[in-house]
Amino acid sequence: MAIAADAQRVRKEPAPGMVEKRGRNLWLTHALMILGVLVVFFPIWLAFVASTVTQQEIARAPMPLLPGDRFFENYARALFAGVNVPVATMLLNSLVMAVGIAVGKIVISLLSAFAIVYFRFPGRSVFFWLIFLTLMLPVEVRIVPTFEVVAGFGMLNSYSGLIFPLIASATATFLFRQFFLTVPDELAEAARVDGARPMRFFIDILLPMSRTNIAALFVILFIYGWNQYLWPLLITTDPEMNTIVMGIKQMFPSGDDVADWPVIMATSILAMIPPVIVVISMQKLFIRGLVDSEK
Amino acid sequence: MATVDLDDVRKRFGSTEVIHGVSTAIEDGEFIVIVGPSGCGKSTLLRMVAGLESVSQGEIRIDGKRVNEVEPMDRDIAMVFQNYALYPHMSVRQNMGYGLKIAGLPKNAIEEKVQDAARLLQLDQLLDRRPKQLSGGQRQRVAMGRAIVREPSVFLFDEPLSNLDAKLRVQMRVEIKELQAKLGITSLYVTHDQVEAMTMADRMIVMNAGIAEQIGSPLDVYERPDTLFAAQFIGSPSMNILPATLASNSLRIGSIELGKRGLPDGTVHLGIRPEHVVIASDGPLSLTVHLAEPLGANTLLHGKLDESGETFTAAISGVYRVNGPGETIRLAVDDAHVHLFDSDTGRRIV
Repeated sequence: MAIAADAQRVRKEPAPGMVEKRGRNLWLTHALMILGVLVVFFPIWLAFVASTVTQQEIARAPMPLLPGDRFFENYARALFAGVNVPVATMLLNSLVMAVGIAVGKIVISLLSAFAIVYFRFPGRSVFFWLIFLTLMLPVEVRIVPTFEVVAGFGMLNSYSGLIFPLIASATATFLFRQFFLTVPDELAEAARVDGARPMRFFIDILLPMSRTNIAALFVILFIYGWNQYLWPLLITTDPEMNTIVMGIKQMFPSGDDVADWPVIMATSILAMIPPVIVVISMQKLFIRGLVDSEK
Repeated sequence: MATVDLDDVRKRFGSTEVIHGVSTAIEDGEFIVIVGPSGCGKSTLLRMVAGLESVSQGEIRIDGKRVNEVEPMDRDIAMVFQNYALYPHMSVRQNMGYGLKIAGLPKNAIEEKVQDAARLLQLDQLLDRRPKQLSGGQRQRVAMGRAIVREPSVFLFDEPLSNLDAKLRVQMRVEIKELQAKLGITSLYVTHDQVEAMTMADRMIVMNAGIAEQIGSPLDVYERPDTLFAAQFIGSPSMNILPATLASNSLRIGSIELGKRGLPDGTVHLGIRPEHVVIASDGPLSLTVHLAEPLGANTLLHGKLDESGETFTAAISGVYRVNGPGETIRLAVDDAHVHLFDSDTGRRIV
């Protein structure tokens, strides 16, 4: 949204070299852009339409392209009854997991980057490279041993089981390390002369200076957590602990039963809403942070 | 307020020694400038006093107490950094009060001290601004304010004016010196700028390659430099150094006799400051001028001495119009201003 707004602002004050783009070309680029948006948006629209009609209307060809009159019924049914478990429960599970992963990852990577950049301890670079190395190991590669460990701790079907295995982030550690390296050494020295112990410096100086990075990472990591599919699918056998992204898949009947398409589609639309809210609300903070940013 | 003693202070990074034993006693309320070219170890020495670098050998005492192992915050010092090191996300008020806040002072006491310091530095209108909303000179003042509010016994300045433009530098130089005189706080000031050293110091430490070449008042160093390095580093333009010989009590450059000296025969380095020569038609030196730099108050003449082919700079007071390059002028030297240095050790010969 903001990108579109930015694009418009740029259009109002075109760079000298772009003047000739006005006129016919302007219309052409706009038409192409609108077409692109339509192509991307069409499946979402279909899902929305399907979530507002009856099962019979979906099954009958051709599929309707305009919303029906069952919006409240279908969404209420999805939220409070669902197929296996109410969607509200799954939304809550997903929210806890995504926030837990995002906050946990940010806290841990801030602290480890702080340690790596500001403290001289034996094996400092070894630890950094070990962290860096884990970047090369995606969840899927270590999923079997991780499952063993989590099962051994009795963390199946629990929030801790959903969150902890995904909570360390080499990427975020690396990003914060790079950011901390750009903070002038004199600032740390000034804080030392002012009497700030290391953690005081971290909380009073480094943390406020990193807030734009933290906001940006929160957006990325929240969506990462929200979209986790394989891991929750493995460790949650109890429908009460299902997250929404995997829960949608669980809604498909296994045998010859008929899928309850309006409810499934309503769930899909509901699953999209929290990440969109996070992106839009954090984007404002992110931009404000950029405007305020000083170093 | 305190004395600072350095006792054979040495610094080693790994096996390389960068400071080779500096000793001096700084009196209460004194303004000491450490001056030297970049890489001479002056900042390292200051950071050792601050406690930001460890001391490899020797002892640093503040007010008679050994502080080698004491954390910076417990040394009762305040430091002004080259890049000011202001906390970017804090207002001027928060920046100045941060040290006091950590020390656990009550809010109203902090506010009072910050207000006092702000008035002193004419920052009272800017207390709610962020550092990036300030000009370079104002940032410099905030950095000073942050040091003042803590009422330290020693001020440490690490090239605080090097990021300012020339005009502001002159103004801030005066302000710092006045402030220090008013507060009477012992100060150590590091700079590579010999003008700052000359104008601000009660005493200066001229450093070169990790050695304190000379410690003394600015005029002492100017009038009686101990070493060739100190002679050339202090004074602008720098002192002319010419090879000279002593033979049967006569001091000569080439074949020209410059004066009499009761010294053993041999070769020496002879130093003459550009401002200590005058144009005289019967002068002993003849200079072929290659370039004249008119500065208004005086004129710098750069050229070569005809006798020895050495490059030489003369500062002639007032305006002097050269009749084109290659003009030859004769110069007289005031014998009282001739410095002699040992040609091997570079040390002054009395």
